Amino acid sequence: MTGQSSAQISNPPSIKGRRRKKRHTPLEYTKKRWFQFLMLANFIFLYFPIIALMAFSFNDSRRNIMWKGFTFKYYIKAYYNESLFEAFINSLIVAGISTVVSTLLGAMLGLALCRFRFPAKNAFDGWIHLPIIIPEICMGVAMMAFFSRLNISLGLFTITVSHIAFTIPFVAVVIRSRMAGYDYALEESSRDLGANQLQTFMYVTFPYMVPGIVAGALLALTLSLDDFVITFFTSGPGSTTLPIKIFSMVRFSVTPEVNAASTVLIVMTLILAVTTMIIMSRKNRKNGGIAI
Amino acid sequence: MTEKKSIISIRNVTKRFGSAVTAVDNVSLDIQEGEFFALLGPSGCGKTTLLRMVAGFENPTKGRIFIDGQDMSGVDPNHRPVNMVFQSYAVFPHMTVAKNAGYGLKVTGVARKEIDERVTEALSLVKLSGFESRFPHQLSGGQQQRVALARALIKKPKVLLLDEPLSALDAKLREAMQIELVRLQKSVGITFIIVTHSQDEALSVADRIAVMQAGKLRQTASPIELYENPNSRFCADFIGKINLLEAEVAGVEDGKLLVEIKGEGRKIKVPYDGEAQGKIGVAIRPEKLRLSKAEPEGEAIKFLMKIANMVYYGNASHIYMEDARGLCLTVDFQNEARTAEPSIIIGNEMWVSWQPEDTLVLVE
Repeated sequence: MTGQSSAQISNPPSIKGRRRKKRHTPLEYTKKRWFQFLMLANFIFLYFPIIALMAFSFNDSRRNIMWKGFTFKYYIKAYYNESLFEAFINSLIVAGISTVVSTLLGAMLGLALCRFRFPAKNAFDGWIHLPIIIPEICMGVAMMAFFSRLNISLGLFTITVSHIAFTIPFVAVVIRSRMAGYDYALEESSRDLGANQLQTFMYVTFPYMVPGIVAGALLALTLSLDDFVITFFTSGPGSTTLPIKIFSMVRFSVTPEVNAASTVLIVMTLILAVTTMIIMSRKNRKNGGIAI
Repeated sequence: MTEKKSIISIRNVTKRFGSAVTAVDNVSLDIQEGEFFALLGPSGCGKTTLLRMVAGFENPTKGRIFIDGQDMSGVDPNHRPVNMVFQSYAVFPHMTVAKNAGYGLKVTGVARKEIDERVTEALSLVKLSGFESRFPHQLSGGQQQRVALARALIKKPKVLLLDEPLSALDAKLREAMQIELVRLQKSVGITFIIVTHSQDEALSVADRIAVMQAGKLRQTASPIELYENPNSRFCADFIGKINLLEAEVAGVEDGKLLVEIKGEGRKIKVPYDGEAQGKIGVAIRPEKLRLSKAEPEGEAIKFLMKIANMVYYGNASHIYMEDARGLCLTVDFQNEARTAEPSIIIGNEMWVSWQPEDTLVLVE
């Protein structure tokens, strides 16, 4: 409104022929044409391949090139593809277990790191976050070498253990950032009002941590669900997860079946993310807490 | 006050953090039952540490703390008969006002029905009835403060500890809350200990004030005693405004102390019945000084000075006087008339005088 009225004032009626151009303040980037175009290009670049992948999963053709008609048959085919279905179930098992364990451990780690002072804390702090920065391929090779050294046969167990190992620091980081804004007077006040340590944790600290725990768990779940490199090194015969199965299928040919399997994975992750966001926003509205 | 029993006894308490920092240095203090007590001092003087030791969040390095006759060494905060109102309020953000207020009862296993009754009672005490189902983020700072108060008072503690409770409120609200706190304390009859760095706050709410400096207790007295008879330069300067002049004892005359004001070369006679020698401080409160055009008669101590500056505050003005030898005095001039006093103009010479008995002699 104000922008319009100021534009009218700055354009005296004498210059009638001139095209009226809306002036934006220097920081209103989102209203600039070139910026809008850039954003559009970005979106296309990011999402077009995914949308194309999803669209072609409904294509009634053996090839992913020409649109021949709409069908659900590749979803049915994927469902009845036993090895694909097994890989899918394996992924769910690995992701489920590793998420629960790494969320538990990561939450404790995050809380301990922002809460306590102990000898060699800084060294411990840096060392614990190594899995975030070291290349995944090195992690994978190291894990494989480690398991074979201990004579543990590669399988679902080794995949799960590796997933736990590399997702813990991610959870810890999320919990830590949540706890950074925590007022420890809340805990003191709880103790002061007669609560013991356990009650204080249950009624005061934990409720505050919940949004961080949910976000951390979601992060761990998505990391585990679509991890390829580490899983590739630590999986054995008969313990394929969905990303590895999809990869091996693609090596032969890209059939709409692969598209269908990928679409299922995408939709699942989306539902998960949206649900979490809804829960968190409700919780935040109630708590007046800060969203993370 | 003296016949009442002491509810908190602090005996030779010292608190060191590491080897370098001594936050509280050998403090002994008795706080009587039903008293509104203030711990006053500049930031970093150890007053909050002392309070936290009473609450049980810090352990004294040396010394003992007794609450109602019981030694509190090794007793956890949740087992002490004291409750605290925190500077940041520390109201639980995920609980409603009612849940916050009832928290202390819930965790100690009080029956639901009793909790509900006592919550209603406590909230009406702090004038928060009708706010039961609100969340803290829907409340103003002052209201959150009241929740913190209700939450502590509902436990019926023997002593309520308040850590800088009003520092986050704006000036108007702070004044209202000061009056409110006094009313509350009188109505519940619980001993209150308030920690504050604001001398106004301490003077206006407390029955007795302990002034702390660098971990040490400097003076414990009633507000009027503290203001009119500070025992040291620090207390005199910290409480209210004061004109502090360095002086030297020149002798005793007619049972009065003869002191020579530094740089002034003039001796004044002030009543003093303690021991004093060598360098001392002579102090006078600005509101005890009088300004006049004519030379005052009688016993008054007087100086002819020039008006160097003046600051107008509405109800009063501060008039800064100085003389040729460097003596500076601030006069608190009450603006009783609606018009400006014609003789008070910067550069004018006037007599500044005060009654000898209003002079404070500060040996420490």
